[in-house]
This record gives sequence, C-alpha cells and structure tokens, in this order.
Amino acid sequence: MRLIKCEKITGVVERMVIDANHYLPYDIFNCMKDAADKETTKKPKTILYKILENHKIAKKGTYPLCQDTGIAVVFLEVGNETATDGDIYKAVNKGVEAGYSKGFLRKSMADPLTRENTGTNTPAIIHTKLVKGPHIKISLMTKGAGAENKSALKMLNPSDGIEGIKKFVIETVKKAGASACPPFVIGIGIGGNMETCALLAKKSLMRELDDYNKSDKNAAKLENELFKEINRLNIGPLGFGGDTTALGVKIETKPCHIASLPVAVNIQCHSSRHKTFTI
Amino acid sequence: MKRITAPLDAETIDDLEVGDEVLISGVIYTMRDAAHAKVVEIIKKNGKLPFDLQNQVIYYCGPTPTKEGNVIGSCGPTTSSRMDVFTPLLLEHGLKGMIGKGERSVAVKDAIEKYGAVYFSAMGGLGAEYARDVKKSDVIAFPELGPEAIYKMEIEDFYAVVINDAKGNDFFVINQYN
Repeated sequence: MRLIKCEKITGVVERMVIDANHYLPYDIFNCMKDAADKETTKKPKTILYKILENHKIAKKGTYPLCQDTGIAVVFLEVGNETATDGDIYKAVNKGVEAGYSKGFLRKSMADPLTRENTGTNTPAIIHTKLVKGPHIKISLMTKGAGAENKSALKMLNPSDGIEGIKKFVIETVKKAGASACPPFVIGIGIGGNMETCALLAKKSLMRELDDYNKSDKNAAKLENELFKEINRLNIGPLGFGGDTTALGVKIETKPCHIASLPVAVNIQCHSSRHKTFTI
Repeated sequence: MKRITAPLDAETIDDLEVGDEVLISGVIYTMRDAAHAKVVEIIKKNGKLPFDLQNQVIYYCGPTPTKEGNVIGSCGPTTSSRMDVFTPLLLEHGLKGMIGKGERSVAVKDAIEKYGAVYFSAMGGLGAEYARDVKKSDVIAFPELGPEAIYKMEIEDFYAVVINDAKGNDFFVINQYN
C-alpha cells in the first residue's frame, strides 16, 4: 500500500488549475498553428493567429487565456494500492480553491437557484474511478460556460441509427455556432444511459487530438466522418467562416438498452483547457 | 479597419456596416447577466441609473480579478444571447452599442435597427489580449457582484467586428451556415 498525502493532492490540483488557465495544451497549440497557416480567407486566418497570440501573452502568467476561467471538472483514477491520509475530495476542493485564489482566476461557481456565488469556485465536479496499481491519476478540465451551455443530450430511438446520431451532432454544432468559441473540440458519448452518455462525452474531451477511438472501429469511423462534415459547415473560428470549425471529434461508446440510443454532445471551446498528472 | 470612439455618435453608427473590422477607443461599461437584471429593474421603477445610457456602449464581460499593479485581469467577451431578454429596453433608453460574442435574437436585431444602434463581436477566448487594450478601469456599480459588477473601462484600439448594423443587416445571416 502506498500512502499519498492529501497535502500532495491539494498542491498538484492547485498547480493544475493555474497552468490549465495559462497554457494551451500542446496538441491544441500545434493544431491551431496548422489551421492558421492553412486557412485561406482573411478573417478566420487573422482570428486563428490572434488565438495563438493570446496564448503567447497568457503563458507569461499575468493574464489567464480567458476571463471565464471555468469550473473545475476532475477525473480521479484511484489505484487500489494507494491510501490517503484524509478525505481525497476535500483535498481536491482545497486545491481548486487555492489555485483560483492564488492564480487570480475568476470564481464562477454559484448556487443554481439563488445565483449566489460560492466565492471559492468550489465545489469542483469530481468523478472517481477505481483502478489497479499504486498511483492516483488526476485529469482536470477548467470548463467555461460559453461552450458548456451549448452542449446537448438526446435519447434517440434505435431506428434513428448512425444517420440520426450524425444529424443530432450537426444540429448541436450549428446551434453552438459563434457564441461557443469555435474551433471546437467535440466530445460525443453514445450509449449507456442518460447520465453515462453525458459522462462519456465529457471524458472524451480529455483525449489528445490525434487519438482516434482505438477500441471501437465504428466509433473511429464516425469520428472521422463527423470531423469532415463539421469542417464543411463554414462556421469557422469564432463564427467568421472558413475551414476550421472543429479541431477534433472524439467519441466514446458503451452498450445500452435494446430500446435506447442515448447521445450526448459536449462542446469544448478552442482553448480546450485541460491537464493530466499522475501521483 | 475603421477607428471609432465610444460613446458612439450618429455619424459613426451610420458609417458602420456588417463585417467592418473596427478598433474602438474611448469609454465603455461592462455589464453581464446580474447587472443587466438590476439595471432593467431600476429602469422599470424609474430609479437613477449608475450611468447615463445615452449613446453608450456596453461590453458583455466579467473580468478575472486584477493583479496588483495591473489595470484589469483577462477580459474577453461573454455570450451575448443571454442578455437578449434585457437589451431592447436598454436600446429604448439610449444605449447605442453592444460588444459581446455570438448571435442575437430577432427582437434584439429589430430593436438595433429601430433605435439606430450597432452590435459588435469581440473575439471570444482572447481575454489576455484584450487586457492590454484597457488603459483604465474602475468598478462604478454593484461591487457586491464581483466579476459581474459594472466596470467603467477606458480602452484603446479594442478590436471588434460589426455583426448587426443600424440598417438591419446581420453578418451571421449573410455569411452563414444556418
């Protein structure tokens, strides 16, 4: 059994929320740079270079990439050979609170009914999975509302099939449009049940851009087809048209009821702020 | 690229057309969801507004906390459509410009044309870049709302694109995917 101190978890999470808000993930940066070089029309090309310029300013550490520094979504993979010296959820929340405070990040967490701000950007949204081994893996996303608000879930009928899934995804992306800060990464969960497909969609956004679905070849094919179709929509960077509407399309699947076809589409903005760290 | 000054005069508004790239300098006021709700309530009760809306430009923005020695934190635009429900009343009371991101409702577009105003899109997710364009910033109302307070900002060469002009044109409809 390996003892992992809560203090350690708090420190890692604190660092992660600050870093996620100041650095674009390298795959996003590279993909954006390629897209900027390839865009042929003036406005979208200018905007893609501006996104890169924004990153250049943010990485100096004074200003976060975006004023919506998001709410913290945390996936914990806890190894069965680990033990902690306290409440792991408290440790994560303490890290989020400290990171948002010390990093001068905006606190955006509020009571859903009174709308009163909790003042600490907590509670974080935490999902836990038990795995084998002596490690705790922390994957963290600081998710803004602009893109999250345009996400959607639909319980399709099995007869809707692949075409029905595509139609729903395309409709959702069109509705997201300019305000959700394209070019997007689009996370899609298919199957399971209502909450599972939403979680699959969210989780898929943690994958790297060049990581196609290797466990399900039908899903990989669909990722590729949707990627091409979405990039033909001419929404483009921040809605100004062009060839770059999606940086990536990620699909995760799970078996579902014979009568169901749940589909969730989680829209992620161009900065796709996330980090992973293993303790 | 057109250089314009806020507050906006009628001549400036008449000259703006959809798709125009502009560099805005002058004074603007931030307002987002909570501040809109409060301001609209004040108007309905005939109360005194925190600033005179006449010819002004509102920026849909809730900045990150300001670090010591800086003017402001990150300050890019938020989604404009959440303010749609409040906007026509503000336009009726003299507001002439709005800066945000994304599409507006039909009611807002009609009101923009009716009252001779203009809606600009700033670049979503470029909060660090926009921080450099803010030369002065003060909270002038509702400090209890934190990032949703009203900030008076002095800006210089703030980049935006005209989405809805006073002639009733809509950049996203003309250009687009819908």
